[in-house]
Amino acid sequence: MYRGQSGMWSWLLHRVTGVAILLFLLVHIVDITILGFGPTVYNNALTVFALPFVRVVSLGLIAAVLYHSFNGLRITLIDFWPKGARYQQQMFVGVLAVTLIGFVAMGYYVLLPVFQGCHAHLCG
Amino acid sequence: MAATRASVYAKPAAGATGFETFSWYFFRITGLLLIFLAIIHLVIMHVSNDVSETSYQFVANRYANPFWRVYDLLLLTLALLHGMNGLRVIVDDYVRGRGWRLAWMSFLGVVTATFWLMGTLTIVSFHAGSAPLGTFFHTLLHLK
Repeated sequence: MYRGQSGMWSWLLHRVTGVAILLFLLVHIVDITILGFGPTVYNNALTVFALPFVRVVSLGLIAAVLYHSFNGLRITLIDFWPKGARYQQQMFVGVLAVTLIGFVAMGYYVLLPVFQGCHAHLCG
Repeated sequence: MAATRASVYAKPAAGATGFETFSWYFFRITGLLLIFLAIIHLVIMHVSNDVSETSYQFVANRYANPFWRVYDLLLLTLALLHGMNGLRVIVDDYVRGRGWRLAWMSFLGVVTATFWLMGTLTIVSFHAGSAPLGTFFHTLLHLK
């Protein structure tokens, strides 16, 4: 959309992460609706999110949110900053770098409980 | 078709009006707000706390403060409208044929309204200890 190779990949990745985040949002609205069934049902349903496999999926979602956020900022800068289009490629590299840093930093916290062994909710 | 599609992405001319112009600005303004709302939400739920700690009691403590209800309501509304509008643009790009387009747009409208209502009712009506949905289904299943 914004000319050139990286422009196409950044656009495709923006679209794919956007759809993934939207699908999770719909799932998330359903899971918070379970609050209406009271503490026992909600707390039982919520243990799913503490499972190691679901933590990895959550981490993928976190990466998608970080990329979509920073690339969205890049798109807005291309639109409103007079030099935005000229630096779009450098900004794309910046988007990937900041996404990776955020991903590693948050990944540490998301996966730490798995390596720390049995958590009360994880193993009952 | 290509000409109209390109206009969805290109910056609207100064003084331009219409739904697609509104949509173009809506993406950018809600997007900027969502960067803060969504990333702060992720840090609270995955860094300051662990997902295994975000129990019913956690929600009750959090929702005792109306600030977090307003925060979550804003995040829900902006994220859902931003996301569903994005899906509308994708459908607009790939779905041909008047019938299919009308079916898709109607479906997206119904999904948006349904999920917004579900989320909003949950956030606004949450009251620690009460289980309105539990009571509703219990009553429904025991109707003779």
